[in-house]
Amino acid sequence: MIPVSWYLTLAAILFSIGVYGFLARRNVIIMFLSIELMLNAANLNLVAVSHYLTDLRGQILTFFIIAVAAAEAAIGLGIVVALFRNKATVYADEIAQMKG
Amino acid sequence: MDTAPNFILTPLAPLAPELLLICLGLLLVVVDLFLGEKRHILPWLAALGTLTGLFLLGNGSGHFSDGLFGGMYILDAYSLFFKVICLIGVLFTVMLSVRYLDTEKMHQGEYYSLLVFAAVGMMVMVSAADMIVLYLGLELMALSVYCLVGLLKSDSRSNEAALKYFLMGAFSSGILLYGISLIYGMTGTTDLQLISQRLTELNLADNTLLFIALGMVLIAFSFKVAAAPFHMWAPDAYEGAPTPITAFMSVGPKAASFAVLGRILLSGFPELHVHWGPLIAGIALLTMATGNILAISQTNIKRMLAYSSIAHAGFALLGILATSNEGVSAIMNYMLIYAFMNMGAFAIIIMLNNRERRGEQLKDYRGLAQTNPVAAALMLIFMFSLTGIPPTAGFIGKFYLFLAAMNAGYTGTVIAAVILSAVSAYYYLRVVRYMYMYDSEKGEAVAMSPSLTAALIFAVIGVIGLGVAPGWVLEMASQSLPALAQ
Repeated sequence: MIPVSWYLTLAAILFSIGVYGFLARRNVIIMFLSIELMLNAANLNLVAVSHYLTDLRGQILTFFIIAVAAAEAAIGLGIVVALFRNKATVYADEIAQMKG
Repeated sequence: MDTAPNFILTPLAPLAPELLLICLGLLLVVVDLFLGEKRHILPWLAALGTLTGLFLLGNGSGHFSDGLFGGMYILDAYSLFFKVICLIGVLFTVMLSVRYLDTEKMHQGEYYSLLVFAAVGMMVMVSAADMIVLYLGLELMALSVYCLVGLLKSDSRSNEAALKYFLMGAFSSGILLYGISLIYGMTGTTDLQLISQRLTELNLADNTLLFIALGMVLIAFSFKVAAAPFHMWAPDAYEGAPTPITAFMSVGPKAASFAVLGRILLSGFPELHVHWGPLIAGIALLTMATGNILAISQTNIKRMLAYSSIAHAGFALLGILATSNEGVSAIMNYMLIYAFMNMGAFAIIIMLNNRERRGEQLKDYRGLAQTNPVAAALMLIFMFSLTGIPPTAGFIGKFYLFLAAMNAGYTGTVIAAVILSAVSAYYYLRVVRYMYMYDSEKGEAVAMSPSLTAALIFAVIGVIGLGVAPGWVLEMASQSLPALAQ
């Protein structure tokens, strides 16, 4: 059986990639993808621990996270589409009308 | 599988306010679909529903329960108090919206529906006794507010504000969830009371990984309440959002986030106070400094109020720092007062908004005392209150927060807070100077509307009333606390 620490390490790596991607990439769509990676890192953690502890709470939370992430993606893409209609860009550096 | 609970159908009566508002939210969408041109009844429906919700909250105030749905949902006086603040925020927002939406020609019916759903999210959040429920409430609130911020679809500033708010909000949710998953991994539970028990049982008080996890939760909530150094999104989101939504964001979601932060830290991690205390003190100090100092250079009044709201979040953190009943009741009192004074200030901004000017620039306030003395006098009261000058409520709010932090031994932080509070007088009173010391350029009168008048009267009664007779709110607030600090 694969030890639980492997899953946790994988989740930590995924989370780090997500945070790095969010901070380093400037394409809004890629930033969304990075956030999804972070959420999935949390999901992986929860499911691995839940299985290890034979406790169902973690898996329940994972289901909710998956559902909420879907809603979040819909809203995020909706916002990007509205923005793209007005400014025709998806690069975060060019979306800087308000400053100070 | 020792944790499988007995599944008993919980009586739903205690949840009446939440259920009512969910039905109201759905009803508003349907009514909007079928009424078409008669949309002007939507705000009335929303206001009526919110008032009924407030009434039901008051009605249910005798029946507290600390464990609906297998202990996941608490009804206590603490959550009740914050629910009242949130609903007052919604009520104000509805009153502010009618005129604004007309001026901006924004006639989406989902506006009020989203507002009501955001309120439900906040109510779920403040009642959550379990991380799962907390997360769901938080997201229901956040997703609704992202939509509301971006609802001026043809305005690129609104799009930009929504995108920035959404990216930061989703990023902080990711951090929060990872923190929750680590805490779950170490304690084996998501229930806040149980977490606190397991921390002592399993001797986790000195575990580095637990600090990291708690740190992540703290970072996530610093994003949500716009505390420095995680405040960058707030000025942009506040400036670009429709003005009533800006007012709503600075009152409702902020109060709910503080309620949750208080519950997590004081009921889930009280043993770790030695570790998170200095951290919160640092964040509070940095937040007050950033908010107050950056507000000085703003010429857009919405943006100035955004920085002011950051600064006020810093003041409110002092109450959490105190970790005493005194501190928490001071936060509750402050959030209520802040709701009234901030809503009042935003009502004036919306009043000045018409087709030619947005009422957002400082120069729009030139000579307001001549063209509209009543509006100028009201703005004067709200600005005094935001600065914290007696006899307005703002003074009382700050006074009790500072007192609580002082009694907890954070004298240095309080001294800094008082100095920064004096700095804030500069930019609040600058608005007063523009209104009273300059001549008006055009001298046009300001149009009023019944709902705006009602909001202003309500706000000014709150600001003066809570300033002159503060005792009963504090008493109500402190009554609610034994439940929290068990």
